[in-house]
Amino acid sequence: MVRITINGVEYQVEDDITILEACNRLDIPIPTLCHDERLNPYGACRLCLVELKGKNKLEASCTTKVRDGMEVETHSDKVVRTRREILDLLFSNHPEDCLTCEKSGDCKLQDYCYEYGVEKGSYLGEKRDYSIDDSNHFYTYDPNKCILCGKCVRVCDQLQGTSAIGFENRGFKTKVSTPFDMGLAKSTCVSCGNCVAACPVGALLPKRKIRYRAWEVKKVKTTCSYCGVGCQMYLLVKGNQVVGVEPAEGKPNNGLLCVKGRFGYSFINHTDRLKTPLIKRNGKFEEASWEEVYDLIVSKIKESKAKYGPNSLAGLTSARCTNEENYLFQKMFRALIGTNNVDHCARL
Amino acid sequence: MITVEELKKIRENTLKKMDLKLHKLQEEILDKEGALNKKLILICGGPGCHSSNVEEMKARFEKRILEKGLIHVEVSIAGCFGLCESGPNIEVYPEGIFYSRVKMDDIDEIVDKHLCENVVVERLLNEGAIESGKIKHVSQVNFYNKQKKIALRNCGIIDYNDIKEYIALDGYQALAKAITEMTQEEVINMVKDSNLRGRGGAGFPTGRKWETAFKYDADQKYVICNADEGDPGAFMDRSILEGDPHSVLEGMALCGYAIGAEQGYIYIRAEYPVAVERLKIAIKQAKEMGLLGRNILGTDFSFDIELRLGAGAFVCGEGTALMESIEGRRGMPRPKVERTAHKGLWGKPTIINNVETFANVPPILLKGADWFRSIGTEDSSGTKVFALGGKVKNTGLVEVPMGTTLREIIFDIGGGIEKDRKFKAVQTGGPSGGCIPEEYLDTPVDFGSLSKIGSIMGSGGMIVLDESDCMVDIARFFLDFTVDESCGKCVPCREGTKRMLEILERITAGEGRAEDLDRLESLAEIITSGSLCGLGQTAANPVISTLKYFRDEYEAHIYDKRCPAGACQALLEFYITDKCIGCTKCARSCPVSAIRGKVKERHVIDTEKCIKCGACMEVCPVGAVIKR
Repeated sequence: MVRITINGVEYQVEDDITILEACNRLDIPIPTLCHDERLNPYGACRLCLVELKGKNKLEASCTTKVRDGMEVETHSDKVVRTRREILDLLFSNHPEDCLTCEKSGDCKLQDYCYEYGVEKGSYLGEKRDYSIDDSNHFYTYDPNKCILCGKCVRVCDQLQGTSAIGFENRGFKTKVSTPFDMGLAKSTCVSCGNCVAACPVGALLPKRKIRYRAWEVKKVKTTCSYCGVGCQMYLLVKGNQVVGVEPAEGKPNNGLLCVKGRFGYSFINHTDRLKTPLIKRNGKFEEASWEEVYDLIVSKIKESKAKYGPNSLAGLTSARCTNEENYLFQKMFRALIGTNNVDHCARL
Repeated sequence: MITVEELKKIRENTLKKMDLKLHKLQEEILDKEGALNKKLILICGGPGCHSSNVEEMKARFEKRILEKGLIHVEVSIAGCFGLCESGPNIEVYPEGIFYSRVKMDDIDEIVDKHLCENVVVERLLNEGAIESGKIKHVSQVNFYNKQKKIALRNCGIIDYNDIKEYIALDGYQALAKAITEMTQEEVINMVKDSNLRGRGGAGFPTGRKWETAFKYDADQKYVICNADEGDPGAFMDRSILEGDPHSVLEGMALCGYAIGAEQGYIYIRAEYPVAVERLKIAIKQAKEMGLLGRNILGTDFSFDIELRLGAGAFVCGEGTALMESIEGRRGMPRPKVERTAHKGLWGKPTIINNVETFANVPPILLKGADWFRSIGTEDSSGTKVFALGGKVKNTGLVEVPMGTTLREIIFDIGGGIEKDRKFKAVQTGGPSGGCIPEEYLDTPVDFGSLSKIGSIMGSGGMIVLDESDCMVDIARFFLDFTVDESCGKCVPCREGTKRMLEILERITAGEGRAEDLDRLESLAEIITSGSLCGLGQTAANPVISTLKYFRDEYEAHIYDKRCPAGACQALLEFYITDKCIGCTKCARSCPVSAIRGKVKERHVIDTEKCIKCGACMEVCPVGAVIKR
């Protein structure tokens, strides 16, 4: 443990953590745009700068470790002035279209500009003017809104392991891009959307069938039903419709999802979706209750087993079930029915 | 593989063959009679002269020498002589005659007159090599006699492609001494005691850096030589690598021994193909002789060096960006959560030093820390190489003891200002440095003194500016460079320098606003204190220093819409005075027909039409066209 003073108050914190981590644990708010604790320290947005006693230069709290006796000012005049100027610089090179931007209400740039009183970008110079890449089925990339925090690039590289996107050009002309700027559709992108989830602004946005504002939706935490991993996610519900999905922090998925969980939610409200079991009677499917269906299954199994023996039966289970469910299924086949004829779709 | 004994033998044998080259180190013109039979023509193969086809010149010399039946004349190309302004440069030994601006057609004359008849070709003598009819030895030429060469000790003497000539001038003796007689601590202590500071710009004490890496326990350590020289107009490192590549290899091997590393990398820009080629040859020769590779000189110490070529990004000269680049990623600086000497390349303890720093190490090991500390100042010992450029008479490469004043460098060595114009400022440290005005010309050049007056030592760029240079435009020039070279990672540098440049462009275009100076100052503060790496943290220095010393020039641009130096085109007006004789030359040369007037009458420029190209001014025979 080390003793550090933050804004005049002395604290004891663990050693070998950064100032930002210490402040997060102590509930001292520090703005960040490029920080993500799942990723290697990056230090690009410079919003988390703090003043250290005895140092003229400001230090990024996300990349500076605490030291015994350190005296930190997180909101001194100089720090606040610098943060305001950084936000001004960012906003000066950003479309001022918050009114129609899909990200409004969930945008960190918007939040911090509000917090630090930056009403508009005061530098009336050159602004980026790139075309929007909407070649991907599920999301769009607007380089003009990008603040180059690099989260998307790093998530794709360090967490997703796909490395479909990277930076091109230098300085003011820097842009997140695919190899040879061929567009997302022609890249190695697997459409997992983890970049979209990491984007703090409106540069990467999911394509929406139904428009909604961040404050209009209710977030319902659930487990993804596509496979047995058990990824945690939020269903975004507007009225009684699921309008989107966002990854949630959870042990199995570390805030990540795959393309199915992230974007494959339209079946939920689909008119063709089966909502009750069906039994074929006289060549036609008819709706039935679960009790009826289970009775029918049990009787058929018993009948076949008695007539032809247990090996006349085989069970095939699904990757959409959890590990526990799959375990129980094979247990039922082996112990109850008495056959080893059991398999799983993931093997096919 | 050779032994220490064999190394000594190579030294002695080669030294005998190099007797004429050693005359370069003498200071007096030798008796012409006695020196008639055996001669050495030394041709400068430095970056500037090399571009004038010195290989062909050498062949022409050899051809004529053969035609004339001369047998005891050797022609050799060596590294940079330094005085690039007057290249191609040639020296004749043993006399020490210094010829400059030699053209292909002058070669026969040198052979016929100088070599055959022993008559110096006076018209080809360097201007500084003759004073009131008396011919001076090259070392007595003003450009050279205040210099002190440590890093450049072999440049311009040895054949850079011959390891034996390097060995003859004490090469690899320091390495032999260190690995056979000294412990790692002793090597580090000697470098520490010498007070050698990093020559790349920041001036961090080299020995202390080495000690940090030495004390950190790891299974693998690395040595990197930063040869990504990128400041506009700087070619110090290039000249060392091209003229004396082994001095850098030996310095790196010494560092490897001191910290316990077995692998070194030279990160060099691909735009230096000549240096890359000579380094490849040098590494190959050193490996063949067993001076690099496994079990050097039969000891337990092994050290290998590989080249890594940079693709030309200025930011890759920044240590962490350089390591990212070697590791195969985009060259962007990474935050220094841990020290490079603890966790550097591939997360292993790493020492990154500049070319010139490494070149200084072997002499320190041989001659001792006290010798090195006796040169220079207490703050900064040793010498520093500068690439002297801009509006100075003798542009070129100079190496001076630390503490030499700016005035001595610019006026004594550099020969003063071109066209005898008035000195205005000197810019040191490249895009990271500042402009120093006349009142500080007597400042001694060392790390501490330069930073006190708002500039930095930097890697050694020194650009002299005269009264015709606009300081706002100079700041704009450097900002333009930084904006182009910013990697784009952090906000203050990426967005801030661009906005700063836009303001400077506005001011030089005559559209400056009253609030612009405050804006520049606040931007400078944010960029300096908030940027991630050294590039951004120093990017505003050219603006800060010019605002400090030449604020009146900014104000003249903004409030009076006037450029005092007459450099900003948008603020100028071309005007024909009553000196005009009506020759019509100007009207005929004007590309946009903006000049009217009858023959033998005064002409007038239509300022609406004028595109300010200056063609009229150039052709006027009586100097009637002026800028105002």
